[in-house]
Amino acid sequence: MMSNIEKLRFYLQFPFVRYALIVGVLIALCSSLLGVTLVLKRYSFIGDGLSHVAFGAIAIATVMNIADKTIFTMPITIIAAVLLLRTGQNAKIKGDAAIAMLSVGSLAIGYMIMNVFSTSANISGDVCSTLFGSTSILTLSQSEVWLCVTMSFIVIALFIIYYNRIFAVTFDENFSKATGVKADRYNLLIAIMIAVIIVLGMNLVGSLLISALIIFPALSAMRMIQNFKGVVICSAIISVCCALAGMFVSILFSTPVGSTIVVADMIVFFICSVIGSLKR
Amino acid sequence: MAYIKCEELTLGYDGKAVTKHINFEVNKGDYLCIVGENGAGKSTLMKTLLGLQKPIEGEIVHGDGIKPYEIGYLPQQTVVQKDFPASVYEIVLSGNLAKCGFRPFYGKEEKKIAKENMKKMDIWDLRKKCYRNLSGGQQQRVLLARALCATTNILLLDEPVSGLDPKVTAEFYQLICDLNQSGVTIIMVSHDIYAATKYASHILHVGRKQLFFGKTSDYLGSEAYKLFGHGGDDDE
Repeated sequence: MMSNIEKLRFYLQFPFVRYALIVGVLIALCSSLLGVTLVLKRYSFIGDGLSHVAFGAIAIATVMNIADKTIFTMPITIIAAVLLLRTGQNAKIKGDAAIAMLSVGSLAIGYMIMNVFSTSANISGDVCSTLFGSTSILTLSQSEVWLCVTMSFIVIALFIIYYNRIFAVTFDENFSKATGVKADRYNLLIAIMIAVIIVLGMNLVGSLLISALIIFPALSAMRMIQNFKGVVICSAIISVCCALAGMFVSILFSTPVGSTIVVADMIVFFICSVIGSLKR
Repeated sequence: MAYIKCEELTLGYDGKAVTKHINFEVNKGDYLCIVGENGAGKSTLMKTLLGLQKPIEGEIVHGDGIKPYEIGYLPQQTVVQKDFPASVYEIVLSGNLAKCGFRPFYGKEEKKIAKENMKKMDIWDLRKKCYRNLSGGQQQRVLLARALCATTNILLLDEPVSGLDPKVTAEFYQLICDLNQSGVTIIMVSHDIYAATKYASHILHVGRKQLFFGKTSDYLGSEAYKLFGHGGDDDE
């Protein structure tokens, strides 16, 4: 046990490990805040679709040798989010089918581009780390860390400022519209914030696992807590704790960061389910 | 001047008309029931009155100091709400959102209005309870309190008693009736022709076109009433 703490202390001396911890906690916090809305609005699949779009965008960025991938990926994902939201409302291809198309399409294109054009010696390694996020959080450049931190704070601030409106629009969109709340505008805001979080979160857990980071804490909190504010706060706490625990475990036992965090989230979900069913 | 006046409305979606030639008006203190068969355009009319969609033709005129957004709305329950972790207090308070303007949070005034309406609806003791754990009748009271936060003048109710048992239904109708007598104008979409003729002051019967609009007493003698399977249960 002692040796584990010493080991942690040893790793924490390195600035990139500290950066990784800060960024990881912020991403976990942001994703859990919006996760509640996403789950309740039945938008979970949008998060999944967007993460695949982000994978495609990263593939392109990698091939084009763009140094700051996040800056390239974010606008593309935001555009995809806006488009998905539009088509969800009135289109010939209904929401879920459109998202399935978009997500597998960008997965395929992303992988193809990486395979055909990449000059890297280790293509499957690149693909794997984009999909599962293995080490990219430890290799963040200083500017990427700052971008992550700034964006996280913007998302958190927007969420707090618009908290009451997000609640109203999530609970009853038609009522909000009928009483003069610009519901479409807030839906757009939610979609954009999700896109931002997904792009940021890909550094931490990779594009395949980011949905887990968004959905699990919200679902866990909803098992136990019976009011909206409580659910949001509880899911934020769960998410941050799981992210920290996951990162420490992965440092100590050299497991992949992303999947360790997701496994931690899953364990908490089962614990919460049991507590929830006992309370009833 | 009427609160709401509809002139030659044609309603539908995607440019396809569902119902045509809708003419009616709602005045202060009225209790209007909109009846008709499934698919006759009742819900479409509701959405149009709320400003959620535009009429294909015709015009809705708001008057007598009513602004389009000053209409309280009691919607049909959605799937999302059935499993929504929100307390009664949070939901009722959200009815005040339009009053906030650009302020991000609710002030004392909004909280006071929410409290008054919860007391009025007899759900103040339930305020910390979770919405999804309430009975159907209690849930309707919560939504009614929220709607009353949004307006003090006019309420639109969309099939409010579907899924409620007879006793709760009767209580709910009484509640609406009391609200109406205290000065709130009511517009209700309903399947329940008996309750409609019992409580409402005016009836609007829609089909492919408008079949009847007028006082309830006149409706009972009209052709449209007979058409609706009056006296028999063959419409169910």
